Amino acid sequence: MIKKEFTLSIFTEDHIGILNQITIILTRRQINIESITASESAVKGVQLITLAIRTTDDMVRKVARQIEKIIDVIKVFVHTSEEIVHQELALFKMSTKSLLSGNIIDHLVRSHNVRFIEISSEYMVIEKTGHKSEIVHLLNELEPFGILQYVRSGRVAVTKQVKEFHSYLKEMNEAMREEEEDKELEILKRQNE
Amino acid sequence: MNNYDRIRTENTVDNKENFYENVPEPVTGAEALLRCLIEEGVDTIFGYPGGAIMPVYDKMYDYKEKIKHILTRHEQGAAHAAQSYAMVTGKPGVCFATSGPGATNLITGIANAFLDSVPVVFITAQVTSNLIGTDAFQETDIIGISMPVVKWNCQIKRAEEIPEMVAKAFYIATTGRPGPVLIDITKDAQTSKLNYKYKKCRFIRSYNPYKPLKTKEIESAAILINHAEKPLILAGHGVLISKAENELKAFAEKTGIPVAVTMLGISCFPANHRLYAGMLGMHGNLAPNKLTNEADVIIAIGMRFDDRVTGNLKKYATEAKIIHIEIDEAEINKNVGVDIEINNDARDVLRYLIPLVNQNSHERWIREFRINDKIEYDTVIRPEIKPEKGPIKMGEVVNVVSELTGGDAIIVTDVGQNQMSAARYYKFRNPNSFITSGGMGTMGFGLPASVGAKVGKPDSQVIGFIGDGGFQMTIQELGTILHYNIPVKLIILNNFFLGMVRQWQDMFYQKRYASTELVNPDFVTIASGYNIPGEKVTEREQLAEAVKRMLKSGGPYLLEVHVEKEGTILPMVEPGASVSEVKIIK
Repeated sequence: MIKKEFTLSIFTEDHIGILNQITIILTRRQINIESITASESAVKGVQLITLAIRTTDDMVRKVARQIEKIIDVIKVFVHTSEEIVHQELALFKMSTKSLLSGNIIDHLVRSHNVRFIEISSEYMVIEKTGHKSEIVHLLNELEPFGILQYVRSGRVAVTKQVKEFHSYLKEMNEAMREEEEDKELEILKRQNE
Repeated sequence: MNNYDRIRTENTVDNKENFYENVPEPVTGAEALLRCLIEEGVDTIFGYPGGAIMPVYDKMYDYKEKIKHILTRHEQGAAHAAQSYAMVTGKPGVCFATSGPGATNLITGIANAFLDSVPVVFITAQVTSNLIGTDAFQETDIIGISMPVVKWNCQIKRAEEIPEMVAKAFYIATTGRPGPVLIDITKDAQTSKLNYKYKKCRFIRSYNPYKPLKTKEIESAAILINHAEKPLILAGHGVLISKAENELKAFAEKTGIPVAVTMLGISCFPANHRLYAGMLGMHGNLAPNKLTNEADVIIAIGMRFDDRVTGNLKKYATEAKIIHIEIDEAEINKNVGVDIEINNDARDVLRYLIPLVNQNSHERWIREFRINDKIEYDTVIRPEIKPEKGPIKMGEVVNVVSELTGGDAIIVTDVGQNQMSAARYYKFRNPNSFITSGGMGTMGFGLPASVGAKVGKPDSQVIGFIGDGGFQMTIQELGTILHYNIPVKLIILNNFFLGMVRQWQDMFYQKRYASTELVNPDFVTIASGYNIPGEKVTEREQLAEAVKRMLKSGGPYLLEVHVEKEGTILPMVEPGASVSEVKIIK
């Protein structure tokens, strides 16, 4: 079976230790996490963990169900790369001197669309956002000039689907409230019997 | 707080208790914990005290009328006993241990309950909150350690959190696919005060065990079942958990479909029923294993296609469309690809399904089972349960007990050959009467689990079949039996070997018996040190009478039976083989 890249959007309660529970599941299945990002989601109090992993269709379905089984996980969405809009961000620290020769700065701005976020006489910090492949492409180009530091963030992604997470959450809350009311009614009924 | 204040507070507490029921009142975390447990209907706790949990144990002194505490001789024993208590009573088990080694000693028991989906609420104490993370005395990260083997866990550092978290723990442990949960409470949370008020948990946003009934899928399943010519039901532990025994019986009887059970599903269907096909899996019966690969529709109910059940997955259920009724969505399509997935409670599904299926009887198909049953009886079962000469066989002992108890006892086992013999040869008649360690295969489970079962069901005859190896893993629990005079009957099937490992060495490792032969103490003498009467049986002629004496005795009893040293459990689906390649001759 062919391995593909998947992005998992995992919506969780804001409790300590959930990331640990998720990684335990991936570790047991020998799945490497390519990138990971955690932040608060559009819904207050709900965390969004975005994971990029490489695995098979079959396996991603299994681990997604196992992750969703974690009590504090609200919902897991599995996406292929086509179903999402995603970005990563990288920072490069370069010596200023190395970039002054030729038209390298002009080239970076025009072809790579980078931003310079700090410039001093000793060093410059360059920011690049884009897909991993674009960032790696830039990395390769900058390498001959001597990179002082390089760091790349995890993937952030939003989905192309129309239905948003908070509508799932609302449905879930409503369904469960009804369920709860039914249950209470049943309990009352049993008590009356 | 000076004395005057204390008196004043206590008076206020009393007043409130007398006049208003639901007004919060200040109590310590330890007391709040015990009150929460009482609210949840807990009256029995298995545990072991220690430094960090002392405030709770101190409060237990005040509550000893309401909560019985069984002091085991090791925390592992407490964990197994609590699990077994839960399995026989249907109520969640509760188990206490202190921080550090107390908590780590629970791990085997927690993992065991996790793999077998048994609701147990484990409560461990933790060092004072300002010491957490400093490698303090008896500090251990039990939350991290237990994480992969609990359904849910949490640490409580503030007394105010206790009622809510305990309520959550019970809700999570007992709903959906049940499982163990662990609450770790710091010592300062046990001693500081809170305004106590308890509300049962009925709703957790991120956890929904009650999914709407998948009626469309059930209707498709009914069509498949109505057109099947060789249908087979595989019933697992889920049938017992959802209390669907009657529904399963009604469903099987209406459709005429034979019922095979997993090891943990044993006792969910009467063993003497004409549709009972026996046990599945590695040491299961011949017919259900062999015919799994002939069945055209398999209805799997509350079971998870464990590798011990399926054998080689590539050659499993080769002819069948599979309907999987299972409450845990993560189990569906995990090991075996299924055609219809019904992610609901087994009883709810069966109740909806029964009116949709046609009355039927699959006489020709059932005849195939009977033919295989006869082959198995002649080659394996009769020589095992009714041998005329040679050493005593394990199956023979189980059979005598089965006949003398009429299949009505609660049978507890350890792990290995003793377990397989009990599973195969005891004729279970009542639900939840087989207590064993399934998924985890924990040696040492049998003795403490016998204690837990008898505490849970004092009016039932509880009999433990335990090997000489496993018995010595938790032998200290004889002390618990002595302490509380728990009238369990223990049968040691002594072959002076780690029998199942020896069987594998015999079959797959050229009889190189590395570290499996045991030099054993005299178990009857050991029991007598604990004031437990006992008897040793070495000859066939003594067996039935000795079992009768054991069953008649009012108190605890130990029967040591010397059985065949190199007995082999058959049939066997060898590792890597398909279920249809099940062997009945070594």
